[in-house]
Amino acid sequence: MSALLEVTGVTKRYPGVVANDNVSLTVNAGEVVALLGENGAGKSTLLKAVFGLIKPDSGEIKIGGTPIVFGDTAGVISRGVGMVHQHFQLVPVMTVAENLILGDEPKRGIFINKKAAYDEIIALSKRYGLEVDPDAVIEDLPVGMQQRVEILKALRKDVKLLILDEPTAVLTPQEIDELLVVIRNLAKSGVGIVLITHKLHEVMAVADRVVVLRGGKLVGTTSPKETDEAGLAQMMVGRSVVLQVNRTEAKRGGVVLEVKALEVRDDRKILSVKGVDLQLHKGEILGVAGVEGNGQRELVEAICGMRHREAGSVLINGVATKDMHPHAVHEAGISHIPEDREKHGLVSNYTIADNLVLNQFDQAPFAKGWIRDLNEIAKNAIATVEKFDIRTPSAFNTAGSLSGGNKQKVVVARELSEELPVLVAAQPTRGVDVGSIEFIHNQLISARDKGAAVLLVSAELDEILSLSDRIAVMSDGKIVAIVDSKDADRNYIGRLMAGLDK
Amino acid sequence: MKLLSKRNGYFLFAILATAFFYSKDGDITTSVYATGAAFALPLALAAMVGIMCERTGIVNIGIEGTMLLSAFVAFFVSSLTQNIIIGLICAVFTGSMMGLILAVMAVSWRMDQIIAGTILNILATGLTSFLYVQGKTIPSVFQAIEVPVLSKIPFFGPVLFIHGALTFIGIAIILALYVAIYHTSWGLRSRAVGEHPSSADTAGVSVARLRYINVTIAGGIGALAGAYLSLELVGSFERGFTAGKGFTALALMIFGRWNPLGALAAALFFGLAQAYANQLMIDQVVNIPTQFTAILPYVMTIVVLTISAGKVRPPAAEGQPYEKGQA
Repeated sequence: MSALLEVTGVTKRYPGVVANDNVSLTVNAGEVVALLGENGAGKSTLLKAVFGLIKPDSGEIKIGGTPIVFGDTAGVISRGVGMVHQHFQLVPVMTVAENLILGDEPKRGIFINKKAAYDEIIALSKRYGLEVDPDAVIEDLPVGMQQRVEILKALRKDVKLLILDEPTAVLTPQEIDELLVVIRNLAKSGVGIVLITHKLHEVMAVADRVVVLRGGKLVGTTSPKETDEAGLAQMMVGRSVVLQVNRTEAKRGGVVLEVKALEVRDDRKILSVKGVDLQLHKGEILGVAGVEGNGQRELVEAICGMRHREAGSVLINGVATKDMHPHAVHEAGISHIPEDREKHGLVSNYTIADNLVLNQFDQAPFAKGWIRDLNEIAKNAIATVEKFDIRTPSAFNTAGSLSGGNKQKVVVARELSEELPVLVAAQPTRGVDVGSIEFIHNQLISARDKGAAVLLVSAELDEILSLSDRIAVMSDGKIVAIVDSKDADRNYIGRLMAGLDK
Repeated sequence: MKLLSKRNGYFLFAILATAFFYSKDGDITTSVYATGAAFALPLALAAMVGIMCERTGIVNIGIEGTMLLSAFVAFFVSSLTQNIIIGLICAVFTGSMMGLILAVMAVSWRMDQIIAGTILNILATGLTSFLYVQGKTIPSVFQAIEVPVLSKIPFFGPVLFIHGALTFIGIAIILALYVAIYHTSWGLRSRAVGEHPSSADTAGVSVARLRYINVTIAGGIGALAGAYLSLELVGSFERGFTAGKGFTALALMIFGRWNPLGALAAALFFGLAQAYANQLMIDQVVNIPTQFTAILPYVMTIVVLTISAGKVRPPAAEGQPYEKGQA
C-alpha cells in the first residue's frame, strides 16, 4: 500500500526568499507526524502546496499514490485530506450547522436538507466526543468552541489524512488534553495525522515521528523516544535554546500603575471585569494568570484606553488617565503589546519601517515639524530589523508579508523603543516559535531591569510562572489572589484559575 | 419573534394607512396601488441584481447601465423585428454580457469594482445616446393578463393579479431568489463566498466560478428590469431612460438588508410613494411645480439611506478581490 501523503523534493520560491527548498515528507496511515519549525520555516507554504492552493516551482506531491493537480483543492479534499487551519476558516455570521455542511450539503431535491444536516452533525459530535450546538452563530462562540467546529468540519469529510495547523494555540489546558486524546484515537482508527505546533510537550506527548523544517529546508526526522524537548528546540532553531528564563531578583520601586475598582463590559455588554484593584510597581513583572475569557482581555483594553471603563480608574504615578483615549494613555506612559497583533498591533499594508515608528511617527527624530524624516525612519528600521532578528528580505516590505513570529517582533520592538514607565504585554508570545519566545522573554526581563513596570497577561501558565515576580490570578472577572512567584505553586494556581479555591 | 417588532410595526402602519385611504375612495386607492406596484417592479428586480452580486462579494454599481442598455436593446430590436419576444431575448443576452464583463474586470482582473461598474454605466450611456434613433415604434407592449378568479378579488385583484407577463416573471424571480438564497446549497455557498471567501475555498467551493455565475445571471435579471420599462410599462425609449433607477435599487437593497423580500418591500414602498405623488398632481390637491414631485423618489432615497445607514451590515468580503492561498 502506498503512503497517504508523499511529498518529494518540493521547492517554492517567493521574491527574495526560498520558502521550501527540496522538501520531502511521507505520512502513513495510523501515524501522527509532528511538523516542527520556527515561524517562517516554510510549514505553511508546504501545506498550501499539498492542498493545491499554491503551485510549487518543482517537486511532486502524491496523495494515496496519485499526484495532485494545482488548483484542484476540491480534488485533494475528495481524496480524504482534511485541514484545521491556523486562521479559522469559518463564516462568522453563519451557524455551526451551516459552516459544517458548506461545500457538501445534504440535499432533498434542490433544497438543503436541514434535518439530515442536524442529525449528521449530532452523530458526528457524539462519535468524537466534541459537543457543539448546531444552531449557534460562530461569531458568538468562544474561540475554543470555534476551534472545535473547525476540527469537526475536517472530521466530517471522512478524512484519511488530517492536518492540524497549531490547533492548541487557543485552547485551555483541559481542552488541549481532550484534543490530544482525540488525535490518538483518530490515529488508532487508521487516520494519518500531521500536527503543526510550537508546543514541544504536545509533540512529545502525541507524535510518532517528528519532522523539523528550518529556513525552508528539512533538517531532520526524529521521534519523541530518541530526543527530548531541548533536543527538539535545538533542531528547530539550529542552536541550543534556553527554555528556562534566567531571571534575577526584581528591584522593586514605588507604585507606577494603579487600577482602582475597575469595572468593564465585554462586546456583548456583559460585565466581565468586576471590580479589579491592582498595583504595579517600578521594576517588576506582574503576571496575570487565568483561563482565557475571564476578563483579562477587557482588563487590558480598559487600562490602555481602548475600552470604556464602566467604573473605577486607572492612575499612572497618581494621575488618572483618560477613559477611551488610547493616545492620551500612551502619552501618559503606557506602551502596549496588544493581544491581536493583526488588528491592533500592525498596519499590514504599511512597510515594516513605518510600522516600527507608528507610536512616534510625529516626533523627533522621525519627524521635523510636519515633515516625516524618511532617512531617520529607514535608519531606525534597518537597525531594529538587525537587532530584533526580524526575518524579512527587506525592512521596506509590508508588515503583512511577515510570518506571525516576525510580526510580533515588530510590535515588541516598537513598543519597547520608547522605554515608557509601564509596559502592558498581552499574550506576547502567542503563535510564536521557541526561538522568538526566548528572545521576547529576554526583552521583557531587560525592560523590567531598566525600571519599567510590566503587566504580563498570558494564557500560558508556564510563561507566567517563569517570568513574573508576582502573579495575580484572574477568574470570573475578579483578581482572586496575588501571590509572590517564589511561593507560587502550579497546582494551587491552576485550581484558582479554574475558580475552585477561594 | 417578537409580536411588537419594528418590522411588524411597519406592516401594521401600511395596512392601516391602506384601509384608511380605501375607505375614503376605493377606486382611486386601488388604481394608485396598482400603479405603485408597476413602478415598484423594476426597482425590486434591479435590487435583486445588487443582492445576487453583493451576496457573493461583488459590488455592482453598473446596474443602471445594465438596465439602460437592455431597455434600449429590447426596444430597438423589437422595433426592427416587430417582435417583442425577440427584443426581450436580445435584452437578456445583453444584460448577461454586461454582467460577464463586470465579472471579468472584478474577478479575473481584480479591478476596483466601483471603477468597473462606472465603466459599465458610461458604456451604456454612450452607446444608447450614439445609437438612438427618433420615431421608432414597437408593435405592442406586453399586454396585461388577468389571472382568472384571483383578479376578481376587490383591491388585491387589480393591484396584484392584472399585470403584463414580465411582471409575473419578475415576481417569480424575486420569490425564487429568496428561497434559493436561504434554502439551497447555491445560496449557502454564495453567502459564504461573500462573507468569508477563504472558508468557501477551503471547503472546495470555487470562489471565482461562483462569482462569475452569479454576476452574469444577475446581469440577465437587470436586463429584465430594463426590458420591463421599455416593453411593458412605457412602451418607448428615450435617452437617459432609466433615470437613476439602478442606483435607487442599490439603496433599496441596503434598506432591505440584502434580503430579497426586504428589498421587495422597500421597492413597493417607493413605488407607492411615487404613485401617490402622481395622483396628488393629477388631483391638483397640491399646486406645486411637477419638478418637485418628480424629485420625490430621489429625496426619499437619501432620507431612507440616512436613517438606515450605520445599522446595516453588508457582506463582509464585499468589494474585495479574492486571491487563492492568501487565507
